[in-house]
Amino acid sequence: MAGVIVMEKKLLKRFTWVVMGVLLWSAAALAAPESQVLGTRQKLSNDLVWLFSPQTDLPLVTLELLIKAGTLEDPPEKAGLANLTASLLRNGTKSRSSATIAEELDFIGARLSVTGGDDFATVSLTVLKKDLGPALDLLQDILMTPTFPAAEVLRKVNQFKAALASAEDDPKTVASRAFIKDLYGPFPYNHPVMGTPQGLAAITRQDLMKFHRKYYRPNNAVLSVVGDLTPDEAQQWVTKTFGAWAAAPLPATKLPAIPPLNRRQEVVIDKDISQANIILGNLGITRNNPDFYAFQVMNYLLGGGGFVSRLMDDIRVNRGLAYSVYSSFSPGLEPGPFIVALETKNASAGEAITQVVEQLRRMMTQPVTPEELKDAKSYLIGSFPRKMDSISKRAGLLGYVEVYGLGLDYPWRYPELIQHLTPADIQKVAEKYLQPEKYLLIVVGKKSAMTSLPGALPGQKKEEKKDEEKPTHN
Amino acid sequence: MTFFPRYLKLGGPGRRRLWLLVAIAAASWLGLAAIPLKASEDGNLFNKVAEHKLANGLKVLLLREPRAPIITLQVWYRVGSRNEALGKTGLSHLTEHLMFKGTAKYGPKYFSQEVQKVGGTDNAFTSRNYTAYFETGPKDQLRHWLEMEADRMRGINVDEKTFETEKKVVIEERRLRTEDDPVSFMQEAAVAATFEAHPYQWPIIGWLHDIESISLDDYRAYYHRYYLPNNCTLVVVGDIDPKEALAQIDATFGKLPAGPEPPKVTAKEPKHYGPRRVEVHREAQFPSLLMNYHVPNWESPEAYPLELLARILSSGRSSRLYHNLVYQQKLALEAGADYSFDTTDPFIFMLAGQPMPGKTVAQLEAALEAEIKRLQTDLVGEKELQKAKNQVAASFYMALDSIFYRGMLLGRTATVARWTLLKEFVPKIQQVTREQIREVAKKYLVANNRTVGVLVPIKSAKAPAGRFKMGQEIR
Repeated sequence: MAGVIVMEKKLLKRFTWVVMGVLLWSAAALAAPESQVLGTRQKLSNDLVWLFSPQTDLPLVTLELLIKAGTLEDPPEKAGLANLTASLLRNGTKSRSSATIAEELDFIGARLSVTGGDDFATVSLTVLKKDLGPALDLLQDILMTPTFPAAEVLRKVNQFKAALASAEDDPKTVASRAFIKDLYGPFPYNHPVMGTPQGLAAITRQDLMKFHRKYYRPNNAVLSVVGDLTPDEAQQWVTKTFGAWAAAPLPATKLPAIPPLNRRQEVVIDKDISQANIILGNLGITRNNPDFYAFQVMNYLLGGGGFVSRLMDDIRVNRGLAYSVYSSFSPGLEPGPFIVALETKNASAGEAITQVVEQLRRMMTQPVTPEELKDAKSYLIGSFPRKMDSISKRAGLLGYVEVYGLGLDYPWRYPELIQHLTPADIQKVAEKYLQPEKYLLIVVGKKSAMTSLPGALPGQKKEEKKDEEKPTHN
Repeated sequence: MTFFPRYLKLGGPGRRRLWLLVAIAAASWLGLAAIPLKASEDGNLFNKVAEHKLANGLKVLLLREPRAPIITLQVWYRVGSRNEALGKTGLSHLTEHLMFKGTAKYGPKYFSQEVQKVGGTDNAFTSRNYTAYFETGPKDQLRHWLEMEADRMRGINVDEKTFETEKKVVIEERRLRTEDDPVSFMQEAAVAATFEAHPYQWPIIGWLHDIESISLDDYRAYYHRYYLPNNCTLVVVGDIDPKEALAQIDATFGKLPAGPEPPKVTAKEPKHYGPRRVEVHREAQFPSLLMNYHVPNWESPEAYPLELLARILSSGRSSRLYHNLVYQQKLALEAGADYSFDTTDPFIFMLAGQPMPGKTVAQLEAALEAEIKRLQTDLVGEKELQKAKNQVAASFYMALDSIFYRGMLLGRTATVARWTLLKEFVPKIQQVTREQIREVAKKYLVANNRTVGVLVPIKSAKAPAGRFKMGQEIR
């Protein structure tokens, strides 16, 4: 959806979950009644849960492994450790050098990605069926016996530091970094998945090995397998590849509290550019929050639904203020941010913010119309087939359903979860979670070209002034 | 068509941010692999394509793929920024935006509402060579979407106010993509210097002042000149009955009269006799480098070795530029190569990169030139060539995993070239020899044929060099 691509990885990741994982299936569009589950669920003796769905149209196999080793497990002084561990898996094992791994993968044209995330590290592999053997041999190796060679660690850290600095040229990234930093306080969602320069500098090879030993365990992971395999073939490959992976007790993570937003907070970051990059919002919800479904519909109508959303209609279509404007909430294991993001010429920043706040208020004070609600429901329900129409999307969905305990019949239950919602339900979640008075506002743009930003109530002006004494962000 | 790497933001803008999607879809050019496909008995999925031409000149391509109850309908117009003129750049893309503004029959917000309320998605994108519109979603919507698309091919209604508002939106889009992004800005300047006679010189989105000054009459003339059945290819992929689909297309689009053949673009870039260099001095964290070389497109047999050359240089972490420049020498944060195989007129082969902090553009440029020199002197390895060929075959299947991409490959290739190229691509790739790769490197990757673009960072007082923090913060 609009706005995603220039977002910081942090926000992007969570938003992707929402868009990719959650917009689901239509009962009407379903083909065979006997296929009322997404796939099968099994467990190896080492407690690795694995899910399987055969898809035989193309000679391809996709594996997706979710490991609960995301940013949430980053130690405060080593921001970036989780992502760095994931990123270095493919940079050397007991039997293969970094260059050998790259050469082997490229020679069979395999697609391997190992990425960090807020909640999970994700290893995904797509390969031609005929090359599955060598690909899984390599996957097993990088997953279970990475060596984190010192030279590789140094190289990667330097690359990440440069990438972090380079991204400062992207005003949207600057805005989203400032947003999560201020929203989350000491909570580990407060930094980009990639970490911070200081955090990266503090990480040692020992930290990486320890992190890997602690979290990269079968009882801390979920595997999805989708593609051109019979159930027997899948069973054999999974056992062969992951059977020897040793389970271990998992450490409990102690997470600090997320500080509440008690008032409107505004941060303007001055940059000599033509647009004000605006992010406005507050704390959202976890995926397991029972309000999730009502929130999803509300967000669709407010700013998640592209051209049918109120924000797009008002700010882009009617006023021509922005190319991209959207809202998103990014429910994960912990509460993700609820945000409205847009870019507009500096001089229009005030007008755009006024309109956004107005739309938040409207959502809280007036029930949505029955027509709006009906269309939103039918979109959310009817868009499901597109959410599992490729093997990689299906693998992603299987993992999602397992991680949040939604059940393999989730796609077929989803319509009921949405269908019963009323305008009053939507208004209720808006009242509960939207904060048109107590929000965090980040604006990155040319300060001298902006008119004064609205939103501060007369009584809050003093507080705003006080803010000037607070230390600056960096 | 290995297309532009992630950091080369030259992809076509769309009404929403689809350009990323376009870049991904085009990330590698995909043809047919030698490995037999289950889905098709004769090993070639595109052999199942049914091709038709309506009496009014509309070209139709249908491909049945019943694995899910969904379809993608795509309408490809043979018009893009290459059809524009100086002073009126950006007209194609603005027209794309205005195509969502409603007709006499369907109101301005009708399109997205209709498509989304059944769970579908619709959007559009513009490139130098084409403008395309699509709807993807439940298969029972085909007739309705055909009616809507046929209606807006000839019936868009735009008043002065809507026109001016949408121009503002496009200007914001340009600010977002280019004005506030120093690397994009440099790339735009470098491409502008690469072409002196051909309209590929200007950006797809258009120059800022051109967008501001385009008139409603300009748009209307442009729309009526190019939005004709005889300038269009319609693609449907998915769970369809091809016979029935064709009958429905005939019942909707078939009613539209053909128009006069749109004017041909006759411009041709002359031979260059010396290297060119463009610098952009802007506030930025790091410098950035782009090297453009004029090369032939799909019409030439040399296109196949050029395609493989791009992969050898930049496909995967074992590729030459990544392995040597990023990994071994730690000289670049990113380095890549790209070749535009499927463009209507010959475009460019490019090398690009961003030096690591502490390294200079001059060092990166010298390293890239050394890589070129090696390609011109030594033959690439047997295994190295085989790897590049394997990558082409594997990525073919991976891209076909999505019905949207299948449609996109068909529509794009039919619009810029001929869609039957999809059947020839991999076999021709398999025939390329090491000698042919050296030949094209010697012939085209030479200084006199090159335009270099450099982003030279200037630091404002607010952004000290090398510091993590970008701007001063005030409250």
